[in-house]
Amino acid sequence: MTCPYKGLQEVSRVRFREDYCVDCRLCEVYCATAHSQSKEVIKAFKDERPGSVRGISVQRHGATSFALNCQHCDEPRCAWACVSGALTKDPETGVVTYNPEKCIGCWTCILACPNGAITRDAEKSQIVKCDLCPDREVPVCVAVCPNRALVL
Amino acid sequence: MAHYKYLIVGNSAGGIGAVEAIREVDSQGSLAIVSDEPYSAYSRPAISEFLMGERGFGDRMYYRDPEFYDRHRVEQHLGARVARLDLESREAVLENGDRLGWERLLLATGGVPITPRMDGLELQGVHRFTTIDHARNIDAALQQGAKRVVVVGGGLIGCSLTSALVQRGGVEVVMVELLDRVLAAVMDATASALVEARLRELGVRVVTGHSVASILPAASDASRVGSVALNSGEEVPCDLVGVAVGVAPRLELVRETPIQVNRGIVVDHHMETTVPGVFACGDVAEAYDFIYDSHRVVAIWPNAYIGGRIAGLNMAGGHHEYDGCTAMNSFSYFDMALASAGLFDPGADDPVQTITVSGDGVYKKVVLRDGWLVGFLLQGDIDQAGVLFRLMRDRVPVADFQDRLLEDGFGLVSLPRPLRDAWLSEGVGPDGSLTGGLAAK
Ligand SMILES: Cc1cc2nc3c(=O)[nH]c(=O)nc-3n(C[C@H](O)[C@H](O)[C@H](O)COP(=O)(O)OP(=O)(O)OC[C@H]3O[C@@H](n4cnc5c(N)ncnc54)[C@H](O)[C@@H]3O)c2cc1C
Ligand code: SF4
Ligand code: SF4
Repeated sequence: MTCPYKGLQEVSRVRFREDYCVDCRLCEVYCATAHSQSKEVIKAFKDERPGSVRGISVQRHGATSFALNCQHCDEPRCAWACVSGALTKDPETGVVTYNPEKCIGCWTCILACPNGAITRDAEKSQIVKCDLCPDREVPVCVAVCPNRALVL
Repeated sequence: MAHYKYLIVGNSAGGIGAVEAIREVDSQGSLAIVSDEPYSAYSRPAISEFLMGERGFGDRMYYRDPEFYDRHRVEQHLGARVARLDLESREAVLENGDRLGWERLLLATGGVPITPRMDGLELQGVHRFTTIDHARNIDAALQQGAKRVVVVGGGLIGCSLTSALVQRGGVEVVMVELLDRVLAAVMDATASALVEARLRELGVRVVTGHSVASILPAASDASRVGSVALNSGEEVPCDLVGVAVGVAPRLELVRETPIQVNRGIVVDHHMETTVPGVFACGDVAEAYDFIYDSHRVVAIWPNAYIGGRIAGLNMAGGHHEYDGCTAMNSFSYFDMALASAGLFDPGADDPVQTITVSGDGVYKKVVLRDGWLVGFLLQGDIDQAGVLFRLMRDRVPVADFQDRLLEDGFGLVSLPRPLRDAWLSEGVGPDGSLTGGLAAK
């Protein structure tokens, strides 16, 4: 399937399969670690910021759970709403990228994202969202999920 | 005379939304953008950060990267004011007499700061706060030693200015608001009270229910501000006045033309004005508001960008309809987090149902009408506000799960599964087509 967005190749996005998620939250741990300074699990959680800020979050209601991250939408409402230009859709890759340098922490994008896929990092006055792990072949959450509840 | 397929007046959110949309569907058509501000598009909301001293006027201030205009083949006419439109010959006449012809025109002229009537506005030390140059002027005044500031207006722009002053430190701030509470346009009374308490905590004096009757000259220098007189009779000494009452549509180009104007420029769902081939968007236009089911000025950045996007797609020959906007504001000043949208503060006789949760540093509220979410206000944890907004925009019947809307842990997971599945598969349909309405086709 090709993505019709300006004739791009299909945009990668992490999809969850909620029937397979067992709420183990390994994806959260590994996402936070991969995006931490030390890249070590214990350190990332203990010495860096607790409850670490991450680009994927497990939601649970009753017996249902799944891990949601940014869907790099074809209609990126967040980027359309972003007042500073920090959020843009890369015309080559289709990835919705975030430039923390530009962000003013106004939270307009949070109101705009229809999936609730953006988290505030209030301490830094910035946001956190999935970057699809640009330095890896497969995003870390997809790689570590033991139940294949996250797929590309 | 220069002649363009597409001419855009206003080089900001709306104008750039149109440029990006036009270039998605027409890579060649000649395109020019005119602005009387002598800069490439910058982030207007970030002028507060600039004044804080958090950023210089460099790359971080600009809305797009330095190559943006070249890459999109856009000719910029900067520091050039369009003085009038010649609709017959389809030409914009610049102040210096130059004429720019168009096949399709977009008016993205934004707003002008509202100036309440009062004496003394001409004195040195009276400032506005809607452009980077305004912010620079205030910055210069503070560097020259201004110590006591009166901010006229307790709305978003007044708070934006106050936030920068507080962050910068070393100045006393008095905020004067005519209404009985600050931020009345974007919050309810409970939330306004929270912000007022926070302002006082930060040492800002908040005077509500009063106006500035006049700005008075200093005893030592009659050309400079020395104090303001409130309508209560009180005189507040100050050396800088920030008039930050809000903005009104900038209509100078359309007055006395056949382009129909209400409070803002009247546009249809395609963002076209009553004169074919002339489009308008953003703070100057009345876009469709899906909560009020009428066309209104909604002066927020996302509305300008998306309106510009729709206009741009249609200028390039498409037939796209704006699915509409409504008031939607987040508030991040003074280390607070609030979000509101739609009809978040209904009147006593609005036929609506309101559900509120409060206590323990949390205040949340949703407003429902006929089983449809029509407004909300969140304080504290606002991260899922966008999901509520979409329920509103898509007119999803929420009666069956309305109690979940304010629960801790609310999110996509709280929605009925068929709805969630439909939402998440939107974007790319099974045949590869886009199922949403705003992507270029
Ligand atoms: C301090 C401040 C903070 C804000 N914070 C937020 C926020 O957090 N979130 C949010 O959503 N919104 C915020 N806003 C509102 C937001 O900035 C506006 O809604 C948005 O800029 C509107 O974009 P626009 O393209 O319609 O017009 P504008 O940004 O007003 O741009 C219009 C441009 O057109 C130019 N122009 C007008 N007439 C002519 C002419 N005749 N000839 C040449 N050029 C002309 C103007 O000089 C201007 O450069 C804030 C505004 C201010 C002032
Ligand atoms: S942040 Fe939200 S709106 Fe933006 S691309 Fe990701 S899922 Fe889509
Ligand atoms: S919080 Fe940052 S990324 Fe989000 S809209 Fe504001 S400036 Fe853009």
